[in-house]
Amino acid sequence: MAQDHAALPSKAADITPTPVRPGIDLQINGEAFHHTGDPEMPLLWYLRDVLRLNGTKYGGEHGEGGADLVLVNGKATSAISVTMSKLADKKITTVEGLTDRKGAGLHPLQQAFIDEDAIGCGYCTPGWLIASMDLLNRVKDPSDNDIDTLPNLCRCGCQTRVRKAVKRAAAAMKQGAKA
Amino acid sequence: MSGQVKLSRRRFLQVLAGTAGALIVGIRTVRAATAQTPPDMLGDALYDMGVYVRVDADGTVLIGTRDPETGTGVATSLARIIADEMDADWQRVRVLPLGLGVADDNGKPRWLYGQQVGGTGNSMPRAWRDLRSAGALARWLLIRAAVPQLGVPPEQLRTEQGAVIAPDGRRIGYGELAAAAAKIALPPGPISLKTPDRYTLIGKPAGDIDARAIVTGQTPYTFDQHFGEMLVAVLAHCPWPDGQLTGLDSSAALAIKGVVKVIELKPDPKLPPGQTVIAPAVAVIAENTWVALQGQRALKLTWKPGASGSESTAALEQQASALLDSDAAPTTRVRDDGDVDKAKRKAARRVEATYYQPWLAHAASEPMNCLVRLDKTSATLYVPTQSPQQAWTVVQRLTGFAPDQIDIRVPRIGGGYGRRLDHDYVAEAVLLAKEVDKPLQLFWPRDEDLTHDFYRSGSVHKFSAIIDAKRHVLAWNQRVASASALTNRGVPSDHVWTSEVSANQLPAGLVPNYRSDWFGLASSLPRGPHRGMPDVTNAFAVGSFIDEIAHSLKEDPLVTQLRLIGEPRLVPLQGGGAIDTARLINVLKLVADRINWKDWLHSVNGLGIACWHTGGAYVAHAIEVSMQGEKLTIERVVCAVDVGRVINPMGLEGQVAGATLDALSTALNLAITVKDGKVQQSTWKDYQLASMAQLPRTVEVITVPGEGDPAGASFLAMPTVAPALANAVFRVSAVRVRRLPLMKELLRLL
Repeated sequence: MAQDHAALPSKAADITPTPVRPGIDLQINGEAFHHTGDPEMPLLWYLRDVLRLNGTKYGGEHGEGGADLVLVNGKATSAISVTMSKLADKKITTVEGLTDRKGAGLHPLQQAFIDEDAIGCGYCTPGWLIASMDLLNRVKDPSDNDIDTLPNLCRCGCQTRVRKAVKRAAAAMKQGAKA
Repeated sequence: MSGQVKLSRRRFLQVLAGTAGALIVGIRTVRAATAQTPPDMLGDALYDMGVYVRVDADGTVLIGTRDPETGTGVATSLARIIADEMDADWQRVRVLPLGLGVADDNGKPRWLYGQQVGGTGNSMPRAWRDLRSAGALARWLLIRAAVPQLGVPPEQLRTEQGAVIAPDGRRIGYGELAAAAAKIALPPGPISLKTPDRYTLIGKPAGDIDARAIVTGQTPYTFDQHFGEMLVAVLAHCPWPDGQLTGLDSSAALAIKGVVKVIELKPDPKLPPGQTVIAPAVAVIAENTWVALQGQRALKLTWKPGASGSESTAALEQQASALLDSDAAPTTRVRDDGDVDKAKRKAARRVEATYYQPWLAHAASEPMNCLVRLDKTSATLYVPTQSPQQAWTVVQRLTGFAPDQIDIRVPRIGGGYGRRLDHDYVAEAVLLAKEVDKPLQLFWPRDEDLTHDFYRSGSVHKFSAIIDAKRHVLAWNQRVASASALTNRGVPSDHVWTSEVSANQLPAGLVPNYRSDWFGLASSLPRGPHRGMPDVTNAFAVGSFIDEIAHSLKEDPLVTQLRLIGEPRLVPLQGGGAIDTARLINVLKLVADRINWKDWLHSVNGLGIACWHTGGAYVAHAIEVSMQGEKLTIERVVCAVDVGRVINPMGLEGQVAGATLDALSTALNLAITVKDGKVQQSTWKDYQLASMAQLPRTVEVITVPGEGDPAGASFLAMPTVAPALANAVFRVSAVRVRRLPLMKELLRLL
C-alpha cells in the first residue's frame, strides 16, 4: 500500500508537512526558544546555565524567598519550582524583559526602585520587581495590605523602600496611562 | 602604558600616562601606624600605589573602588569621595570595582591598595584618611595642565564639574587636559585637600552606582560569572564538622549523563577554621548545575559523628547558666572599675536579670559559591569575598603560586554579614579545580549553607545592678557566657573574648563601679564573625536591663537612661578615644521627640527606647508596638544616627533602615538550634526571615549632620533594635521578654 502511494504524484494540497520536532517551544522576553534538553530541568537552570540570562537568581531549592521569580503568562512563578516540561508555548518574562524594548527605556517600576533606593545588595531585587509587577498587573492602585502579600525575603532590609517604590510605580503608571 | 614617572619613596602619588592620552593617578597607602596623620599631611608616610583615577581624553573619569561591595553602598561612597575632591562631573564618572591589588615582593605579597575589606564598618574611615589624596592630585595636575592654554597662573584657576575654569569664564574640559597633565612633574610637597564648604558631592544624596544595572538584571554577581567549558561542583557536607565519611556509593550519581567526577574533600585540621574545608564533603562535578544537583542527590553517603555529635544548643545554654551561677573565675575579666563588691553594701535597691540569645546563621542571599580557572602558572578566581586578601592566602597555600600569579576578582556580592570573611568555600573550589582540567564553579545549595555555617554563638547574660537612694546606678555587674568566634583562629586565648563583648560598651565608663566578666563555652560547632558583633547581643541585654531598672524605680525609662548617661562630657574609652555623651544624649532625645515619648505613660500602644555607641558613632531607636491578642504589630520605628560627616545621606538612610529591618527580622524570628550536633534549620521555612507583612511599613531615619571624620554605618543601626522592641513589648503587654527570638518567647509567656 505504501508503495502505491509513493508511486502516485502528490498534489500540492496533499503536502502537509508535520516534521517531528522534539523539545519544547517557549517564548522568553519576546524571543522564541526551543529546548531539547532534559524536560525535567527547572526553568531557573535553563535561564541561567543554558541561556546565561542571569538576572533571575537562585535563592533556595523550593523558591521561598522569591529571588527566582519570573512571569509565566503574566503570573509570578518560581523558576526553580517549574520544569521545562510545563512550559511549552508559555510566555516568560524575566527581569531582563521588563525594560520597554521599543523605547529601550526603563519600566516605571524599575525607575521607581532606583528613585526610592529600594536596593540593598541587589541580589533579591529582580525577584521583588517580578512580584511587584505581578501585583501591579492585578491591582492598579495597591494598598499597604496588598503590598504586604509580596512573598519575597530580603536580608538587607529593603522592604520599606520597596513599599514606597511600588506605590510610586503605581502612581507613575496611572499617569502614563492617562497621557 | 608608557612614561611611568619614577618617584622617590617620599612622594605619595604616582602618575602614569595611559594609552590614548589618559591621565592615571594612583595613591600610596597609609601605614597602619600613621592612621592618625592629619589629612593635609598625607603623603609623608605613604609607600605604595594602585590605580584609582583615570581621566580619558573623551572626559570620562574612571574611578576604581578597592573595598568589596556587599550592598552597603561602599562603591558609590568611595567613588564620590574621590570624584568630589577632583571636581569631576559625576555624570561622566564610571566606577570600576578593583580586584585584589597584589604584587610580588620577593615571594611575599605586597598589597597595592592597602587593606581591602568590605562590610566591617571601616571602609569610610579608611577612605577618608587616604583616598581623597588621589582626587586632590588629579585636580592639581589638571589645573597645571591648563596653565599654558589659559595663560593664567594656577592660583587663579578653579575647577568645577570636570573642567578647569579661568577668571574670565573660559573653560577646558578635563579630557582635553588629561594627556598634558600626565606629563607634569609632581608637586614638591603635600597638596591641600578641599575645605568642606567646597564639597559638591559629599553630603549630597546619591543612588547606588549599580542601581540601573541591578533593576535590569545586568549586574553580574560571582554566581553569574562563567568561563568557557566551565564545570559545576555541588557539595554534600557531613552533618558534623568533625565527623567522617564511612560509606560512599557514587554509582547512581556517576550514571547520570553529564556527571564528570565524584570527589571526596576533607578539612585540614592543622589550619584555622575558615581557611580550610568546613566539614568532610563529597562533591559531584558535572557539566551544568542541574546535572550536578541531581548527582548530589543521587549520592549514597554514610557519615559518622565526631565529638560534636553529642552537642546541642540546649546543653550549651545549660553549661552557660551553670557557669554564670557558680563561683568559678571568669575566663576573662574584661573590665573592673571601682569596687563592685564594696558597692553592694550600700545597696538601696538591687536589680537582677538574665537574658538568653540564640545561635544565628548568616543566611546571605547569594549562595556560597566561587569560580576558579587554574593553569600551570596562574589562578584566576571570581570570589564573593569580604576580604580578598584572606582569599588570596587560601589560594596561595593550595597552589603555591607567586603572589602576582593569583588574580582575585570581586564582583558585587549578594550579602556578606561576616560569612564571607571566611574562605572555606574558596579552599573547596581550588581543591576541586585541581582535580579537573577545566574551569570550575563551586555551588552550595541553600540547605548546605544553613547547616554549614560559621555561626554566631548563643549567649547568656546575667546582669545585676546596685541602685543608691538617689536612684543612681552605683554598681553594674555583667556576666556573659558564650562560645568565642575567635577560638583556634590564631588569637591569644586572653583575647578571644573580643568577638563577644567589648570593654567600652554602655554603660562602661558611666557607672563608678563596673565589672564585666566573660565566660568561654567549649563547643565544636563552627563559629565566625557575624554582623554587628560584639555589639548586638550585649546591646539587647544592656538596653533591656536599663528598662528593667527603670521599672524597678517606677519611672520613665528615658529618665533612667539620661540619668545613667549623665552630663554632656567626654568619657575616655579604654584603648583610646572617648564617648561624647552629648552626641549619645542627642540621638536619644531625637528619637524620643519624634515618637512622642511624652505619651509613654498613657499611650495604649507600647513605646520602647534604647541607645548605643560603637566605632565612634551613636545610635538610638524608639519603637511603638500594638498587640491584639497574640498579634504583635510594629506601628512605628524611629532611628537616629550620628556618624560624623555624612558622605551619602541617601545611602546612609538606606543602610540604617535596612539594618533596622534586618535586626527586627532577627530579633523577632531567628534561631539556629542544634541537636546531636546537627543543625536543625535547612530551608527558609525553618529559618524564617521576616516577611513584608511582619515588618513595619516605614522606618523613620534621622541623621545628625556632623563635621567629624566619618564613622562606618554598615551595622550601626542593629544593636538598639532588639532592646527597643522588647521594651515596647513589655510596655504594651507587661511581658518581659528576656529570650530571643522574641515572637516564640512572647507567645510562650502570654
